[in-house]
Amino acid sequence: MTTYLEAISDGLREEMRADDRVLCMGEDIADFGGAFKVTDGFLAEFGPDRVMDTPLAESGIVGTAIGAAVVGMRPVCEMQFADFIACGFDQLVNVAGKMHYRQGLAVPITVRLPSGGGFSGGPFHSQNPEAWFMHAPGIKVVAPSTPEDAKGLLISAIRDPNPVCFLEHKHLYRRAKGEVPAGTYETPMTARVARPGEDLVVIAYGAMVHTALEATDDLDGARVEVLDLRSLVPLDEAAILDSVRRCSKVVVVDEANRTCAAGAEVAALIAQRAFEDLDGPVVRVATPDVPIPFSPPLEQAVLPSVDRVKEACRELLEY
Amino acid sequence: MATQEVRRPYPSPEREAADDGVALLRYMLLMRFLEERAMNLYRQGKVPGSFYDGFGQEAVSTGAAYAMAPEDRLCVLHRDLAAHLVRGVEPARVLAQYMGRAGGITRGRDGNVHFGDPSLGCVGMVSMLPDMMLVATGMAMAFKLRREPRVALTWFGDGSTSRGDWHEAMNWAGVQRLPVIFVLENNQYAYSTPLSKQFAVDPVQRAGAYGFPGVTVDGNDVEAVHAVTREARERALAGAGPTMIEAVTMRMHGHAAHDDMRYVPPELLEEWSRRDPVERQERRLAERGVDVEAVRNEVRAEVDRATEEALAMPMPEPSQATEGVFCEGEAVPLGDGRPVR
Repeated sequence: MTTYLEAISDGLREEMRADDRVLCMGEDIADFGGAFKVTDGFLAEFGPDRVMDTPLAESGIVGTAIGAAVVGMRPVCEMQFADFIACGFDQLVNVAGKMHYRQGLAVPITVRLPSGGGFSGGPFHSQNPEAWFMHAPGIKVVAPSTPEDAKGLLISAIRDPNPVCFLEHKHLYRRAKGEVPAGTYETPMTARVARPGEDLVVIAYGAMVHTALEATDDLDGARVEVLDLRSLVPLDEAAILDSVRRCSKVVVVDEANRTCAAGAEVAALIAQRAFEDLDGPVVRVATPDVPIPFSPPLEQAVLPSVDRVKEACRELLEY
Repeated sequence: MATQEVRRPYPSPEREAADDGVALLRYMLLMRFLEERAMNLYRQGKVPGSFYDGFGQEAVSTGAAYAMAPEDRLCVLHRDLAAHLVRGVEPARVLAQYMGRAGGITRGRDGNVHFGDPSLGCVGMVSMLPDMMLVATGMAMAFKLRREPRVALTWFGDGSTSRGDWHEAMNWAGVQRLPVIFVLENNQYAYSTPLSKQFAVDPVQRAGAYGFPGVTVDGNDVEAVHAVTREARERALAGAGPTMIEAVTMRMHGHAAHDDMRYVPPELLEEWSRRDPVERQERRLAERGVDVEAVRNEVRAEVDRATEEALAMPMPEPSQATEGVFCEGEAVPLGDGRPVR
């Protein structure tokens, strides 16, 4: 069994072995192996040119990665925490995201974003910033929930000719375990049915897929589908509409703050394109619009829990 | 790895000529006449949005770009039109770019000098200055780690030195001793803000604090800018790291066409008009026996032809407005990559 963290590490290592254009850049990633040890041992295998300890400068990391990418490299940037991408936002959104549209120049960079809460990281180490980038044209956004997908989606992201934000959920690093194929393989940027069902579908991604699975594992005998989006840009509209058509009731779960979250886009899509298939309102479970608090009882009060998802599903099933 | 096709022979025949001074004048004139023409087109309502030019600053982009080899890579700023011309962008495509036409370098997706022709090794700027400092630094980082004898160069303005990305790039380039040249185009004003409100310590002095030399050059002397850039390039190729060049010049027009620049004392403009970089190079060449008028006439004719050609180009199709956000094929790095010497 491989952990989610080992799978990311494995994917990165395999792709660096397969393609010498791939390099890792980030704070404390070389000697130290990264804050979460994703690149532990990389320095010894690949050397300091390809496993680069950078200055503490997130805009610098993204900006120089763009420069390296347009002259033929495939940089993989590590934000120490996803929260810090706020400091590299301009380079990612204004330089990388608009480059191909404006000038026909591809920017093949991957930005790894260790995201999410659940362990008292507080307001600056717990965010889920994916929607910021869904709203910015030209950036792909993926968010795996399983080790197998984490490895395959990371490889897909690195091989993609566009800037890709790779959301890796910190709470899954050592908690999510599974079989992971050896070697390199690409996981498509499409949704996956995590568990088939027909009475209700819970649509989620990242850590919330596990919350959804646990919440609906034994729900008074209801057959609940869980759709794992895996990719937010591109968003697999066909898979979402297909699940809605089969299940007719939908709960959309986001760990991100509610307003304009990925789930809001999913709910809007369903309202417009699957209205006739619905047997109840589209129900959303998300973190309210507050910074993620530090103290455990406060944090647990805001993050979507198994109980909250369970309750939302029960109510909708009874509708 | 794939490279794009080179669309025009490079270097230009002029560059190979015995007297580079003529070529330098020619590119400065081409920039000046093209911008004058674009301003006329703007006044005729043919240029949407606003119009930005580099009148009086032609020596900075001409001299620096001319010192770079085709395999080098440039991130070009908005008052540096001549850099594009030196790289080989056709004048008609420049005018089409201003007018938002399909034949412009960005095919109407971006305006003004917000462009770079990837096939000629250039990346266009974004409006958030000085973001391209980091992009150029990243190019140089790739050159260094691939052990390629190539150099990256970017221009930036005095206002840019106040932003964090400037610091991040200067620091990064210094720490990694990268083959990159930063050209500070000190044109005295950032929009309406004078140098005195921009920084307490001269950026050239600050370069030293980042671990590499800063040199000041007369930004209105094209041959001096060329020479100092060539030296910086040699330094970079020798592994001695970055150089910051401060080219001292003056923005002789407003920030953009709408700006009457009444915040600039008239005597300052008068003083700088006596140091016009184009006239200066013309005088220098006349003393060397060059028929300057013939060069001017030739460039004027080229701009006339380009105008006709650009005006004949269609506007982009509205149906294409949503195309090309993502790269669907293979990522093609900046061209041309073909060494010529």
